[in-house]
Amino acid sequence: MAEFVMPTLGSDMTEGTLVQWKKKAGERVVKGEIIAEVDTEKAAIEIESFHTGVMEQLLTKPGERVPVGTVMAIIREEGTQATPALKSPPSSAPLQRVSPKEPVSSVPPAPLLAAAPVTEPARLRISPAARKLAGELGVDPASVQGTGPGGAITLDNIQHSARTQRQQPSTPPAVSEVAGDRQARMRQTIAAAMARSKREIPHYYLSTTIDMSRAMTWLKEENLKRPVTDRLLYGVLLIKAVALALRQVPELNALWKDNVAVRSPDINIGVAISLRQGGLIAPAIHNTDKRSLSELMSSFQDVVKRARAGTLRSSELADPTITVTSLGEQGVETVFGVIYPPQVALVGFGKVGDRPWVSEGQVISRPVVTASLSADHRVTDGHRGGVFLSSIDRLLQEPGQL
Amino acid sequence: MNTPLVPDEIRQTVLRLLGEIAPEADLTVLKPGVSFRDQLDIDSMDFLNFVIMIHKTFGVEIPEADYPKYATLDGCVEQLSDRTGSCWNSRTAGPA
Repeated sequence: MAEFVMPTLGSDMTEGTLVQWKKKAGERVVKGEIIAEVDTEKAAIEIESFHTGVMEQLLTKPGERVPVGTVMAIIREEGTQATPALKSPPSSAPLQRVSPKEPVSSVPPAPLLAAAPVTEPARLRISPAARKLAGELGVDPASVQGTGPGGAITLDNIQHSARTQRQQPSTPPAVSEVAGDRQARMRQTIAAAMARSKREIPHYYLSTTIDMSRAMTWLKEENLKRPVTDRLLYGVLLIKAVALALRQVPELNALWKDNVAVRSPDINIGVAISLRQGGLIAPAIHNTDKRSLSELMSSFQDVVKRARAGTLRSSELADPTITVTSLGEQGVETVFGVIYPPQVALVGFGKVGDRPWVSEGQVISRPVVTASLSADHRVTDGHRGGVFLSSIDRLLQEPGQL
Repeated sequence: MNTPLVPDEIRQTVLRLLGEIAPEADLTVLKPGVSFRDQLDIDSMDFLNFVIMIHKTFGVEIPEADYPKYATLDGCVEQLSDRTGSCWNSRTAGPA
């Protein structure tokens, strides 16, 4: 028998709400199959089974909020017999039992970062202009019924809502209170994770400027050969270069547990993705170093799409071993990232832009990017961090080998 | 015989595709001559997906060098009007 417990998708996650079961009692499940959808304080996540067998009992009902570690279901593994029914644990006293095969405590945290402000609940359709107006007029967008395309909240909707609020000041703001409470909790959760990082992790920072002319030229020629559906973004070259560089400096691909850095056998890069409603999420692309550029691009597109649609899977949130973030499209020159515990490093990239570059005594214009490393000084020293950045640089000079 | 696509049909179709890329956007206030990226919260991945959708919907090849021509609503309409002519039928929402 295996216990399916409320997983921790982040060191900052203490509880989750079951949205729905994807499997009924008696149905067969396969390891890796999605069996439940759980709402965390930041996103709805599809939870995969760690076991193959039959759903023996469902102990948690949709809508119930239970602490991390609570046994939510029993899965009868293949080759075992059914057991007498277990009594559902009271929500106030969760069993807190953990499957020995997949200890929850070993699952690393969800890579939800705090770099961008969280201003709206997930998937609220509202333009930046309408959101700004809502803030100015004191309107909670979550309480507004959108009439724009696809239910989008328009400027008119916000103005109408503001007028209505003024006319009905005593209207019970139940919906907005709930939304506001959720936002506040989300902010608090992120704040706790980032504060913990800065409190516990002695960060050091390094950066290097990388000549991207070979990489960009190679990419341009490569994309000429590809149909539009198969073209690559330069970000994929950066991610692959980081993954390969981690093979050379594996101590950066680790998790800090019980005062010891534990190197990960797999390189699962968490790619930071900004969410449209605000906030940031960094799901893992598993075995990043083993994927071809085409496979990596396809995985990257898929994970971005699902991150924004709210259909990420639990393993993608639990498995990152390092985070890569690129803020170049926002015009950022250099990233000084905050490590997401228990990871021990974060790699940032600024914008790729033309700058003066000295080559063979000549000042010429070259596309360059600043790569930065935020690393945990308990685990590595600046020397190894420097080796790592140099390795990324070297790999990007031979883009055809990525 | 296919009916030639008029610019307004192209415009509406492009807006629909854009709405799928950026569902939170209020496209009723989109300025047709200004870059999408200056008005909407879209990144290079979003823009690539937009170009792929244009390609699939209108059946046109779009070299990477031509991406800037599709950076605005007016640019899309101009390009697609030139390139689709009568070969695209809006009633089937795809290449005829």
